[in-house]
Amino acid sequence: MPSHVRVLQPRRLLRPTRRDLLLGGAALCLPACDSARPRAGFLGAMERFNARLEAALFDEDRLAPEPPSEELTPPGAYPQYFISETVPIAPASWTLRVGGLVTRPVLLTLEDLQRLPRSGYRLRHHCVEGWSAVASWHGVRVRDLAQAVGASPDARFVEFRSFDSGYWSSWDRPSALHAQTLLAYGMNGAPLPPEHGAPLRLYAAVKLGYKMVKYLTEVNFLPEPTGGYWEDQGYEWYAGV
Amino acid sequence: MSAPDSRRPQPWPIRVAHWVNVPLLVIMAMSGLQILAAYPMLGPQGRPAGWYPLQGVPPPEWARLGGWLAGARHWHFAFASLLVLNGAVYLLYLALSGEWRGRLFLPRRDARDAARTLAFYLRLRKHAPGQGLYNGLQRLAYTGALVLGLLAVLSGLVLYKPVQLGALTSALGGYDTARALHLGVLACLALFTVGHVVLVLLHPRSLAEMVTGGRKPDA
Repeated sequence: MPSHVRVLQPRRLLRPTRRDLLLGGAALCLPACDSARPRAGFLGAMERFNARLEAALFDEDRLAPEPPSEELTPPGAYPQYFISETVPIAPASWTLRVGGLVTRPVLLTLEDLQRLPRSGYRLRHHCVEGWSAVASWHGVRVRDLAQAVGASPDARFVEFRSFDSGYWSSWDRPSALHAQTLLAYGMNGAPLPPEHGAPLRLYAAVKLGYKMVKYLTEVNFLPEPTGGYWEDQGYEWYAGV
Repeated sequence: MSAPDSRRPQPWPIRVAHWVNVPLLVIMAMSGLQILAAYPMLGPQGRPAGWYPLQGVPPPEWARLGGWLAGARHWHFAFASLLVLNGAVYLLYLALSGEWRGRLFLPRRDARDAARTLAFYLRLRKHAPGQGLYNGLQRLAYTGALVLGLLAVLSGLVLYKPVQLGALTSALGGYDTARALHLGVLACLALFTVGHVVLVLLHPRSLAEMVTGGRKPDA
């Protein structure tokens, strides 16, 4: 597994250090500040405030600028990330299941997806760890897929599931339907390689990397958010950039 | 608001903002270092910043807060709002009360005095220049700390929303430049704090004034 994956492990999830507690006291919020249970107490209240602030800052018409091609991350330097022990490989019978609150639930093959309108962008990636990288991606916009399957306006959330040991995430609808949010089957002008999520991955300009599910198997338009792999372990759910 | 000449040397809004700032800055610095530990490099992937001497060196455990990346981010974003609020209240008070006149560094008025005071500290002058609440060098240092605080907030906003605040991201030279600036500002604020604490310990009356406010001019 690549080295940068390790720091995402939920170490000390249930073990706040003595220093955390002392500093929590210093901030006059003991015992309401607890790094291990950020959804409770003061940190939880502030996270909910922050999520509302993030949604308010989100502008569905704002496009991320495309970095110049000389800023493309050199081949091999673009981090690979998956939670399985080895690179997940799609079965030969792979299809994408699109369901939830839609008028036409479908199973799509890669060829079906490639027949939908194709879009592509060169974008800067922002990882929760702090690094950035640049690549170009092409595929089908989630908004074009939503239109093709007739997603209901009641579906205010979109859930993305994968065959990478069950990794998943759920998004607010405006971010999922942003013009630069893609179901990408290509990277840097070539077919999407297995180490970056083949055959199909989510890619967006407006979320942190862990929201962009790779190795997709399902897209569900839902009335409620359903959390996510990292989100359920304590990482922020909205995670917009 | 009381008239400037009947106020204590350190009016209570300034004392409150000052002491509230202490735990806020400690929490922001320590949770920030825990976030840095997740990727202790500067520069985008594949192009590490050659000038940064600590590439790949995580900050020491004792200087971190939050336990892991997600916990540290919750601390950092929760207290960032409070830090900005405290700073805004402080600046608003400075502006409305007129206290900015005696505290901010105005180059025409203060540059010569700042140079003389520096010469005194460096033993190049025998006598300290006379002073009121603050001398020119102090005004320079405190105004510099305010500018650092402002840069910390602006670069932090870029890291928080590099796309939604795209104009600010470009103004600061891009995401990775803003990240380097955010860390550089922390280093400068840490140096300022060391100097500040040393000088306060050499002049305990200034510490007492920041606690009690000091004597009113007419008392």
